[in-house]
Amino acid sequence: MKLIKQSGLIIFLAGLTFFIATIFTGSFSLKQAELDTFIKEKGYKSEIIKEELSKAIVTQENLNIFQFSSRVINAYETSNNHYDALIAKYDSEKNWDAKGKQFQYKISGKPHSVSFELAKKSGKGFAADNTGLAWFLTFGLGIIGALMFIVPDVILLGKPGIKNDGIFLSAVTNRGWIGWFTFVFLVTFYILLYFYPDFIVNWVYLVDPISKSLSGNPAGQWFLYGYLYCVVMTVMAVRMYIKYRHNKYQILRTTSVLFFQIVFAFLIPEILVRFEKPWYDFKNAFPLDYDFFFRWNLEELLASGGFGLFILVWGVVLTIVVVPVMVYFFGKRWYCSWVCGCGGLAETLGDPYRQNSSKTLLSWRVERIVIHTVLIFVLVMTGFALYTFFTQESQVLGIKTQTIQDIYGFLIGAIFAGVIGTGFYPIFGNRVWCRFGCPLAAYLGFVQRFKSRFRITTNGGQCISCGNCSTYCEQGIDVRAYAQKGENIIRSSCVGCGICSAVCPRGVLKLENGPEEGRINPTEILLGNDVDLMDLMNKK
Amino acid sequence: MKHIVIIGNGISGVTTARHIRKNSDHKITIVSAETKYFFSRTALMYVYMGHMKFEHTQPYENWFWKKNRIELKEGLVSKVHTDKKELEFSDASTLSFDQLIIATGSKPNKFGWPGQDLEGTLGMYHKQDLEKLEKFAPDNKACKRAVIVGGGLIGIELAEMLRSRKIPVTFLVREDSFWNGVLPAQESEMINNHIKEHHIDLRLSTNLKEIKSDENGRVKSIIIEETGEEIPCNIVGLTAGVTPNIDFLKESGIELSRGVKVNRFLETNIKDVFAIGDCAEQHEAIGQRRNIEAVWYTGRMMGETLAQTICGNKTAYKPGHWFNSAKFLDIEYQTYGWVFSERGKQENEAYFQWQHPTDHKCITISFDKNTHQFLGINTFGIRMRHEIFDKWLTENQSIEHVLEYLADANFDPEFFKLHEAEILAKFNTENNTNIQPKKKSWKRIFSLN
Repeated sequence: MKLIKQSGLIIFLAGLTFFIATIFTGSFSLKQAELDTFIKEKGYKSEIIKEELSKAIVTQENLNIFQFSSRVINAYETSNNHYDALIAKYDSEKNWDAKGKQFQYKISGKPHSVSFELAKKSGKGFAADNTGLAWFLTFGLGIIGALMFIVPDVILLGKPGIKNDGIFLSAVTNRGWIGWFTFVFLVTFYILLYFYPDFIVNWVYLVDPISKSLSGNPAGQWFLYGYLYCVVMTVMAVRMYIKYRHNKYQILRTTSVLFFQIVFAFLIPEILVRFEKPWYDFKNAFPLDYDFFFRWNLEELLASGGFGLFILVWGVVLTIVVVPVMVYFFGKRWYCSWVCGCGGLAETLGDPYRQNSSKTLLSWRVERIVIHTVLIFVLVMTGFALYTFFTQESQVLGIKTQTIQDIYGFLIGAIFAGVIGTGFYPIFGNRVWCRFGCPLAAYLGFVQRFKSRFRITTNGGQCISCGNCSTYCEQGIDVRAYAQKGENIIRSSCVGCGICSAVCPRGVLKLENGPEEGRINPTEILLGNDVDLMDLMNKK
Repeated sequence: MKHIVIIGNGISGVTTARHIRKNSDHKITIVSAETKYFFSRTALMYVYMGHMKFEHTQPYENWFWKKNRIELKEGLVSKVHTDKKELEFSDASTLSFDQLIIATGSKPNKFGWPGQDLEGTLGMYHKQDLEKLEKFAPDNKACKRAVIVGGGLIGIELAEMLRSRKIPVTFLVREDSFWNGVLPAQESEMINNHIKEHHIDLRLSTNLKEIKSDENGRVKSIIIEETGEEIPCNIVGLTAGVTPNIDFLKESGIELSRGVKVNRFLETNIKDVFAIGDCAEQHEAIGQRRNIEAVWYTGRMMGETLAQTICGNKTAYKPGHWFNSAKFLDIEYQTYGWVFSERGKQENEAYFQWQHPTDHKCITISFDKNTHQFLGINTFGIRMRHEIFDKWLTENQSIEHVLEYLADANFDPEFFKLHEAEILAKFNTENNTNIQPKKKSWKRIFSLN
């Protein structure tokens, strides 16, 4: 068993090494005809970009992706700088007519995205030409190795039951060197994914056939991410099944998040595209789906007829009816721990790191300020977006809606949700995003705190203050502080993962949807003392 | 403003301090030689097992004490001068008090075994025991085998700890079945099997004769009383119960027996000196309880009670219905009311028992064979709701009532398999009754109208 586990680790690391090495393979250059087609498709009017790109990437040289990218970006900048200079010149001459004409020549879009599109059309080599084999050496070995590492735990972990042995003695799970290495890897991955997609174009080739079979289109960076997300969640869900095999709540919950990720976040949107419908994830509620009310999305939905209208209505109903009603009956866990994709990754890939979340009072204070700030930010932005949509103006009170959207997209959508949210798993625990950043979690939390049947019930006076519950709370709630007082936990941040209940050695905690009456029960004296004393304290 | 000094920063002492602070402005000092900050002793095992770090066992952040004006003094009290109202420390410094609370807890029993103080012997009670364990048994290379002497809760926890680092364990238990002085045979037998399933070498009806030393004064092996067998080992865990930690009080004039003698108000024979927790001994037992109860919950309750007295609301210690819980490796155990083992069974006591055919789950309900009054329940592998059993015990409900409404009492996580129907079916068959299970009702659980 141990041997299988160790071989699994070696195979996984081999897969990971191939995966990383794939970035550096292949050569990139275009033929003139290919470039002409691209420019025509894009509708670039600038002569300079055409000329510069021809010089740079229509070549016999074997450019690697980094050379290719830098040449494309050079051409992009040369062209845009040229027209910027003209704009400045006409501006100083007050030649408004000529100035206005220059804008059409400017190239929009992020330079690395332009470079990605060109690279995707021009790659040759290992990944692009042997997709099947390359997929096997990267994804295939990764999956096989990981499963060989995980599955022997059925036997190695011994009898079913909570097995957190050695978690704080391991360099993986206790912020040791492996934890820090994982952190660097994840952060780098997200930075590449969000800001330098062209550098990982070789990875995108690996999933091209899968994308084509689903949506009929070649894969883009977000398809790669969606596919990787599902693969990682599935493999790590196997780990959850084994670790918590004595606990039906955990098994059902894991199955549920896995189902919603694969079917709702991955398959349905891709299949919609095949039927020429808008890409849409039906479980992704606003304000987590922060661009739902952006002009481009509304226009796309309205342009796609009855189905688009259906999505529009569903999106609104989901947010203002389904979400609060479900939270009333089941707490925010129905979403955060049973449905949400971010929660799904946190509960599978992130489970080994849950104990690293900070439980200090200070972090709770920071958390409340930050998460509610994000909620306000998203609501203000959405107000701007809707105002702009209906009035057709581009700014509100002198602030451009586009600017607000760009800031949110960069700071919250990319840096917070991606780079920090997932990249920091090994250091700050697995729900950094859900805890500090998610505006939907803040919204669900309000409902859970003030109007819900959900609570974690604590069992009379049985708590021994051991601290397992607090240690393993991914949301950084000091569960023990309530349990040792015999007080129900109704905190707005609780996502109902149920691990506190699972790790409690005394059976003190139970997630419950009970009557609202008596749900909030501050207690001074615990059960076990005589009745007079309790009465006395309650009268005070 | 009085100066209240508390010796001992365990659950009893700290609970007292917290409640005194809630209700008064008195100056409070907690004295401890073990650690500066309060930690949960019951969680020490999880530190060695790597489930937690030591700081996770501390229920309050370090700023808590200053903010609540509870002074912490590190020091070992060597004498108590009740006449001068003064403590003397091992470094000869002194501290005066207006009222003194002794909450020094317990220390592991040693029964005079030869070699019991060798290097490599340890209890599993203090933080220092944990440090010893890290020193002598960091892994299965440094520690080829461990022997544990004494078959109680701490013994099985120590066995679990060592097994988490793959150290072979021989577990010597004096009784012919694990903890059968407390547990009915059905439960005790199930735990025996579960211990063996964890590859622990369980030796029942076995006593320690002596611990042998190597040339450096370290544990080398142990000899078994009954067979004379020698078992080589690197550490010996002495976990045969605990005794009150009160040696330093011998010349203080405070009345002592096994523990510090206290009345129902937790007062000693000396005015303004109180004792609570593991080290307190009641003059007369309360109900069926023992005079000394080394249990987390009773320590906490005594602390809550004494704080009332100190703050001017003189209150007797009147613990409610007995309850307790533990975990035997993977099996959770809870008990409410009184279930005595066959050995200690009361005149009027009868059992109803149910056991799951394959899983490690079972219950024993004890009831009065004449009146059918429910007396207590042991559950293994099933969680139960404390409030409900507390209520049923207060109301003197019958065993039939308990079984009929058992669904109200279940506290297992959602979607867990429920066994009320099987349990009830067994009772009906055995007693020729036809009780129908009632569906769980929130109204009843929370006594709502």
